[in-house]
Amino acid sequence: MEKEEKSIDRASQEILEIAEKEGIDTAWDRYEAMVPQCGFGELGLCCRNCLLGPCRIDPFEEGPQRGVCGATPEIIAARNLVRMIAAGASAHSDHGRDIAHTLLLTAKEKVKGYKIKDEEKLVSLAGELGVNTNGKDAKEIAAEVAERVFSEFGQQHGELWFSHRAPQNRQALWRKLGIMPRGIDREIVEVMHRTNMGVDNDCQNLITHGMRTALGDGWGGSMIATELSDVLFGTPRPVRAKVNLGVLKEDEVNLVVHGHEPTLSDVIVTASQDPELIALAKKNGAKGINLAGICCTANEILMRHGIPIAGNFLQQELAIATGAVELMLVDVQCIMPALVSVAKCFHTKLVSTSPKAKFPGAEYVEFKEEEALPIAKKIVRMAVENFKNRVKEKVNIPDEKMDLVAGFTAESVFKFLGGKYRATYRPLNDGIISGRLRGAAGIVGCNNPKIIQDWGHVEMAKELIKNDVLVVVTGCSAIANAKAGLLKPEAAFQYAGKGLQEICEAVGVPPVLHVGSCVDNSRILITLCNVVAEGGLGDDISDLPVAGAAPEWMSEKAVAIAFYFVASGVFTVLGNPFPILGSRELTELLTRRLKETVGANFAFESNPIKAAHLMIDHINKKREALKLKPIMYEEREKVTFGME
Amino acid sequence: MRGIIFIDPQKCLACKSCELECAVVHSKSKELYQALDEYPLPQSRVKVEAIAELTVPLQCRQCEDAPCVKICPSRAIEKPEVEQPVLITERLCIGCKWCILVCPFGVIGMDREGKAVIKCDLCFERLKDDKPPACVQACPTKALQFKSSEEIAAEKRKEYLVKFIKGKEMA
Repeated sequence: MEKEEKSIDRASQEILEIAEKEGIDTAWDRYEAMVPQCGFGELGLCCRNCLLGPCRIDPFEEGPQRGVCGATPEIIAARNLVRMIAAGASAHSDHGRDIAHTLLLTAKEKVKGYKIKDEEKLVSLAGELGVNTNGKDAKEIAAEVAERVFSEFGQQHGELWFSHRAPQNRQALWRKLGIMPRGIDREIVEVMHRTNMGVDNDCQNLITHGMRTALGDGWGGSMIATELSDVLFGTPRPVRAKVNLGVLKEDEVNLVVHGHEPTLSDVIVTASQDPELIALAKKNGAKGINLAGICCTANEILMRHGIPIAGNFLQQELAIATGAVELMLVDVQCIMPALVSVAKCFHTKLVSTSPKAKFPGAEYVEFKEEEALPIAKKIVRMAVENFKNRVKEKVNIPDEKMDLVAGFTAESVFKFLGGKYRATYRPLNDGIISGRLRGAAGIVGCNNPKIIQDWGHVEMAKELIKNDVLVVVTGCSAIANAKAGLLKPEAAFQYAGKGLQEICEAVGVPPVLHVGSCVDNSRILITLCNVVAEGGLGDDISDLPVAGAAPEWMSEKAVAIAFYFVASGVFTVLGNPFPILGSRELTELLTRRLKETVGANFAFESNPIKAAHLMIDHINKKREALKLKPIMYEEREKVTFGME
Repeated sequence: MRGIIFIDPQKCLACKSCELECAVVHSKSKELYQALDEYPLPQSRVKVEAIAELTVPLQCRQCEDAPCVKICPSRAIEKPEVEQPVLITERLCIGCKWCILVCPFGVIGMDREGKAVIKCDLCFERLKDDKPPACVQACPTKALQFKSSEEIAAEKRKEYLVKFIKGKEMA
């Protein structure tokens, strides 16, 4: 593959060339070696759930048409898909569990390095969770909130508190369909039970439970992670920062933090600002300590502290390959085991911190909240002391970095639109009703070498904002769009349609709003609830002129997210399809029939501009159904699908 | 059993079961789990290759007028009879690699010890027992089949006529 076929990002292209010259293997190389990938796997026609197998169904109908137990393509593909939901939901929910645990320890003063930063939000959550706050201080309230939240993981019946934030109609629909989640862990266990050999053999039934499990993530684990992180680390506010490999500094100690949980990254921020350690850095020949992030943990410290982002998922190896990273610190999720071998080519120390995520070949420094700040300082010290081992000749920091604005939440962005004194969604709703805004869209998800890096995210965002669709972004998609300059307020004038431009100008926001990490996709759910509650745009999330997309997804977490959005009523387009196309029935169910039950379905389209237009068409239909005014500044020329 | 390995690329899903079975059948134990522990590890003589949308398992075509047979200086590669496989006698092979250079399909390779060449032998020992080649047996989509050239031609004639008649009916 030529470098332009690998990534649209010039920084990635530059380092890929160097990696090739130096014989350093990257994910792109390993992908090329893996191709062609097994078609049975791609089609969802491979089942390894028991030892009667492994079984494969022949899609060309000459070989076996059923597994040894009699499983049909529908059963096999549905079981596999629902297990992916369970896996993704598990990752998010465990993350939420960890944050709840940290909050509890903080409330009991058993930690070093954390404190409750947003008391206002804590009290508001307490009210929502039915915790009496009379005469209690923040710590007591926090302890009760944490315990209340903890109980949601293990509960066997009842409903999840945050699911009551959804519009009444939506909740009623969930109850009617039997997909109101009863307990976060319970639904996941039931997936594993149902997908055992010889249990659920009805693909529709499997998907129904899959939706319930996903809802237990979106309105459960993920939302808990977001809300409690705001309490502990502060609710984000709009912040300016920089992104891409160019944020690494030639003359400073570069410490890159990668993974997901802000419990680690947030305290590293504090540690990296310690005057003693900065003095030590200077003694070691560096001008200071430069902290940068990769993936979601980067988004967490970006949103709350304006810490720069070095890159997104596919750049994790490339960051090390700049030769300028003294230490890469990892916790959980999206961390390639390949980092071990890349780090070995340089002076870079790879340090893992989670007992759940060990990497043979990396140094392991176990992170415990009770000793958070001392451990964080120890790790920063390791980075500082490694500075003298940097090999100047091997350093290649691309001169690529982009400004961005991030830090938008369900609360904050509409504090803006409401003006200084009234936090309200009225102007947003009015903007959509009046036709200045066509609607809104969320672009989320990962990178994948199967799609040119960042091309899917950026082209889609550009096409949507050109058509007056306000775009919100999270995760690696947010980083991709940030690198392309779409998170600057000026981007409205370069790329947005007239209606969206006017809104952005009036409020002073970019046309693409960064709302956080992947668990912060829950912020989008909250926003949608607020839009419905504000009124004038229907009675349920499925009435709204909105759509979602994951153009470059790869992770099982993305499957869970896609499912909780669809189950909440949001039409969602995926770049590459789910691995289920070998079952016509399941494909039909997910791309058509699901609309009849939950009011939304999936579409699969790997061309981002075509996908954007699927979303625009969908948004237009919703506008029609709501009898909204026509778009104020409709494009006169016919839209073409050609790419410039 | 007589025949050639017939390939339908439209049906190849790149699962590489053919590669796996070929290696197992050419191992000492001829059994998957045991073959994993053998020294040297068994080798596949068929390779699944892809280009653009096309995926094809490629192996020796057992040419009637084989370039490898012509070029071998030590007569280690021979075609004993028409419509029989081209076979390698390992102890005669001097490892000069000329055959690798002249094969138009790139389906000859070196063995793991680097001493002699190996290639598809049409599983001639299985054929004696009336069993088809291992890759054909393994293929879950029947992208690989074992048929005589007459059978293949006859099927193609039928296919052609069916298309022809259909075409006339549509017109």
